[in-house]
Amino acid sequence: MIPLSWYLAVAAILFVIGFYGVLSRRNAIAILMGIELMLNAVNLNLVAFWRYTQPDQVAGQVFAIIVITVAAAEAAVGLALFIALYRLRGTVHIDEIDLLRG
Amino acid sequence: MAQMIIRLTPELVLMVTAFVVIGVDLYTRRRIARRLLPGISIVGLILAAVAAMAQWTVREPVAGTLAADAFAFYFKVVAAGLVIVVILAGTAYMQQRTRFLGEFYALLLAATVAVYIAVSANDLITLYLALETLSILSYVLTGFLRGDRRANEAAVKYFLYGAAASAVMLYGFSLLYGLTGTTQLEEIAQRLLAGEVTSELNWLAWPVVVLSLVGLGFKASLVPFHQWAPDAYEGAPTPVTMFLSTVSKATGFAVMARLLVIALPTLSQYWLALLYALSILTMTLANVIALRQENVKRMLAYSSVAHAGFILLGLVAITGLGSAQPFTGLDGVLMYVLGYTITNVGAFAVVAAVEDARGSTTLDDFAGLIHHSPFLAAAMLIFLLSLAGIPPLAGFVAKLFVFAPVIRSQYYVLAVVALVNAVIAAGYYLRVVKQMFFVPGDAATSTWRLARGMEVALWACLIGVFAVFFFMNGFTTWTVDAASAMLGL
Repeated sequence: MIPLSWYLAVAAILFVIGFYGVLSRRNAIAILMGIELMLNAVNLNLVAFWRYTQPDQVAGQVFAIIVITVAAAEAAVGLALFIALYRLRGTVHIDEIDLLRG
Repeated sequence: MAQMIIRLTPELVLMVTAFVVIGVDLYTRRRIARRLLPGISIVGLILAAVAAMAQWTVREPVAGTLAADAFAFYFKVVAAGLVIVVILAGTAYMQQRTRFLGEFYALLLAATVAVYIAVSANDLITLYLALETLSILSYVLTGFLRGDRRANEAAVKYFLYGAAASAVMLYGFSLLYGLTGTTQLEEIAQRLLAGEVTSELNWLAWPVVVLSLVGLGFKASLVPFHQWAPDAYEGAPTPVTMFLSTVSKATGFAVMARLLVIALPTLSQYWLALLYALSILTMTLANVIALRQENVKRMLAYSSVAHAGFILLGLVAITGLGSAQPFTGLDGVLMYVLGYTITNVGAFAVVAAVEDARGSTTLDDFAGLIHHSPFLAAAMLIFLLSLAGIPPLAGFVAKLFVFAPVIRSQYYVLAVVALVNAVIAAGYYLRVVKQMFFVPGDAATSTWRLARGMEVALWACLIGVFAVFFFMNGFTTWTVDAASAMLGL
């Protein structure tokens, strides 16, 4: 069987890629994609830990399902905000959104 | 089952109220709805607070994932009071800017339900779910004025920071789950204590603490996770700023305290060191930046970030556990939350009133406030003095109860840094005072009329600010009760 550490490594790499995306991208949608990658890394972690440490209980799986659900809700609100932003400014480039500063 | 429903009455009452508000908004004429909705919301909040107060002595788990204890009830009562003030002070402000008042109250009530669940969450899953619900509702409330460019920008920034921070926190939670094999906070503590954690996973302790604190530090707006706060506070409609800077921040601290004290006491060496550093950073950086702000709303935003650093003092000094006495640190956190939120909600209410009369909130808009509205100027003076920590006001009591445990734990460096910061903060508060009283405003000294709700809200805050000082003993019994419930005494 594939050892647990491999899954954790994949999740960690995925998390770091997502985090890099959040920090380096300038398009709000691309940042949201990075955040989704981070959340998927979390899910991978949760399911891997669940399978290897206590497959007879449901906590890990429930947690993963709840994370997926909340991520969907979050994406809905986020995209709605981006649409409002685009209507007002004609851009979703976060470098150009600089009314509030100081 | 019946027992469970009784324990959940505060949440249920608020949820029902939120639905009633939406229903009334849908099925009655706008003119009638405008009168009814604030009243319905306030009655719901009062009932929820009473339901929480009535169970004060209870201490038991509800359905395994929620804790019904004095600590949670304390935050529930405070939150209900603050949201009532927000509704009273914010109604006139929102009426001028949007037609969708029903949705505003409903979202505010729903956010309060999320706060209620978050402060009693006793399980990582519930805790995450409640915090995230609160966050998503906060993004919507921040961007509530859809056509307002600044509000929209604030909401987008808040959303991006918040979503990233909660993803990082969640990664920490997933490691914590892997480390202990459970999501229940007390069981986590037991397994960490019993050494059931396999030694090959021991190195995960550090990342768990750091990653979890990122998400909670974001909610509580600690430096360096604070960048969203000034923008969100400045851009959001002022009533929403009142909510974010008080209720939402208090929730961050409640959750942080519960997670650290209940689940991670064995890792205290890690988080105490981190919180110590974060506290110094937060106070100093936020205060220095606040000094050069020209917009009062933004200045108060930075000031509220700085106050988060002061609240942390209590958590850092929490080592002196042991008995149901004041000055254990945790009761300082509770007292600071009370004193700070009452004052801050009032200060932002004054900002909302000035914004209504002037259209903006720069220092110049506060010039000669004494001529336009002596009551507003006097109220603002008292709130600013309280934020600066001057007796006989709530802010002084708050500072007293966090400084004492810090000195008792012999963190003298921390105490000195905090004292210096209190002085710096007084500096920029006095700039506003100078503007209000000694700088002549424009020639036309028209007197402003305040909305009825705003007047009531300001009076309530003023009474509260004095009451915390003059009835200090009464409030201390409450905070000590709540803190002991958490410390298991």
